[in-house]
Amino acid sequence: MQDLGIRVLFLGNNLQRLLGGLWITLRISLIAVACSIVLGILLGMLMTVRNPVIKALTKLYLEFIRIMPQLVLLFLVFFGLTRSFGINLSGETSAVIVFTLWGTAEMGDLVRGALISIPKHQYESGAAIGLTRWQVYHYIMIPQILTRLVPPAINLTTRMIKTTSLVSLIGVVEVLKVAQQMIEANRYTVPDSALWIYGTIFFLYFLVCWPISLAAKKLEKRAW
Amino acid sequence: MAQQPVLLEVKNIVKNYGEGNVLDGVSLELRKGEVKVVIGPSGCGKSTLLRCINGLEKIQAGQILLTGNVLTEGKTDWSKVRQKIGMVFQSYDLFPHMSVLDNITLGPVKVQGREKKEVVLEAEKLLGRVGLLDKKDAYPRQLSGGQKQRVAIVRALILKPEILLFDEVTAALDPEMVREVLDVILELADDGYTMLIVTHEMQFARAVADQVVFLDGGRIVESDAPEQFFTQPKAERARRFLNTFVYEKGGEKA
Amino acid sequence: MDTEFIVKYIPLYVEATKLTLGIGLVGIVLSVVAGLLIVWIQYFRLPVFKQLAAVYIELSRNTPLLVQLFFLYFGLPKAGIRISSQGCAMIGLCFLGGSYMAEAFRSGIESVERGQEESALALGLKKSQVVRYIILPQAISVSVPALCANMIFLLKETSVFSVVALADLMYVAKDLIGLYYKTDEALLMLVIAYLMILLPISVLAAALERRLRYAGFGN
Repeated sequence: MQDLGIRVLFLGNNLQRLLGGLWITLRISLIAVACSIVLGILLGMLMTVRNPVIKALTKLYLEFIRIMPQLVLLFLVFFGLTRSFGINLSGETSAVIVFTLWGTAEMGDLVRGALISIPKHQYESGAAIGLTRWQVYHYIMIPQILTRLVPPAINLTTRMIKTTSLVSLIGVVEVLKVAQQMIEANRYTVPDSALWIYGTIFFLYFLVCWPISLAAKKLEKRAW
Repeated sequence: MAQQPVLLEVKNIVKNYGEGNVLDGVSLELRKGEVKVVIGPSGCGKSTLLRCINGLEKIQAGQILLTGNVLTEGKTDWSKVRQKIGMVFQSYDLFPHMSVLDNITLGPVKVQGREKKEVVLEAEKLLGRVGLLDKKDAYPRQLSGGQKQRVAIVRALILKPEILLFDEVTAALDPEMVREVLDVILELADDGYTMLIVTHEMQFARAVADQVVFLDGGRIVESDAPEQFFTQPKAERARRFLNTFVYEKGGEKA
Repeated sequence: MDTEFIVKYIPLYVEATKLTLGIGLVGIVLSVVAGLLIVWIQYFRLPVFKQLAAVYIELSRNTPLLVQLFFLYFGLPKAGIRISSQGCAMIGLCFLGGSYMAEAFRSGIESVERGQEESALALGLKKSQVVRYIILPQAISVSVPALCANMIFLLKETSVFSVVALADLMYVAKDLIGLYYKTDEALLMLVIAYLMILLPISVLAAALERRLRYAGFGN
């Protein structure tokens, strides 16, 4: 192995291209996370409403999204919507839609959990010292809900980033696709490049997700 | 009592968790058939003392000897030692996934390798003695605190220990259940069991003890016969401690 | 909707479902074993192994299965390590699932009160006996909901197996779409197949969780 495969990474602008591919994945995740947080909060609040129709609908949505593999959802939107309704969606747009739908379900459930986890006497004891309804929410309820919500929301981000790797399977040119192209282009000059390139991608994902996981763990410990 | 052989010797033991000594040179002896009661304010180290004797905590200095053998040096087979020193805890700690009978027979069968049939018979006999034979197939969560604690005592007894340690066994109980547990211990004392008891029940201490040991700040401050200790404690701190149990309108008696 | 087409290709989906379930279940069993092993290492604080386990957990939890599979299937052969498609799928699932299972067991163990261990030790039980008779039986019943959730999670993750050239459900669906443009039919069967795999398990898991939450020992 005098011809180390790792050198393929430093040929031309290969490393830059890999990082560019990674950025595509990250961009999809971040947009989807941002949308999921907003929509998830709305969904979570909706799920605490006592209307049976709303309850049934939200539950159906949640269960269907959660039970289907994300790749199936991607296929449904990317192939299904495109072909049956004639809407032409790019892989990237489909991915953002799917991951937002999924993230909204996950986030909604987290929000619902956080909302019902605050005991009623917290509200009552706030009211008992003379706080107005708005003050009770501002000083007592929302801070407690947030401390419970932030760690799992951050965890959702790492899950989102990991899951976004699937978009290569619907033709989005992200880090794995770039890698395949690179390996293909160098298959005669650097035959063992796959080991190094896929190894590199493995660690790139790790380097992105690990700090986020650590942050979530730290915040979780601080919560009471 | 003096002619009986010494079973347990605690020599000058020191225990700390990093800052300050919880036990600061404690020594005591327990002779066969003797009942010693350890009392003192909370945080004085009395529970820690029992836990050290049973090897649940490591000591930093001093020695603990059981029938002349040093436990706290070299390689001690704590499994063997703990069969000889039974312990009952404040929070009962019955195993929730096992029936009363299984809780009791676990030790003899798995640790001592005794025949299950024979152990069950003995367990039933002991349960009968503490008035719980009808609960043998119940699970811990179906029992009251007092019943759980009586089962815990049986669980310790069935290993035929030479010494029994009781760590505030009534502290977590509702007042009306304290009596049923203390009665069991009093009976054990009558049967000649050797016991080291940590408790907050002063009346009980007075009734059961051959000797009372008063622990404060990790040291033994006073050690006396119960009559002497409860009527005329020598140490000022012991007097103050006993006074906290006296209620009088218009403040504490000086 | 072309029902004739659907009927014609049902056998393909059945085969793919069998494949997914077969490899999935083996992977899940391996994950449980790996999880128990790791929890054992952590509980007894075995030196060196403890650090290795910590590194493994972080690697496993912070990388996607898809990338793990690419590395196993396309990368490793270049280093002379050739593993079959099935082998890669099982190893990948186990690598991913082991850390999740370990986490489920660990939280179960932490839920067992400290007094349980001490009172068992006080009866003279050895530490390994304490784990076997006292800690694990209680921990596992607490862990069951998390274990079920992991199982569902891992079965869902099997959907990427097509990348290591396994003719799984996604592979079949993609094939039918590409070859015959029967998108609706292919996708419908895909969704039904996954529902048939995952719905019973998740209903069962929910029922089990309710039972464990409201019952308990002695009922």
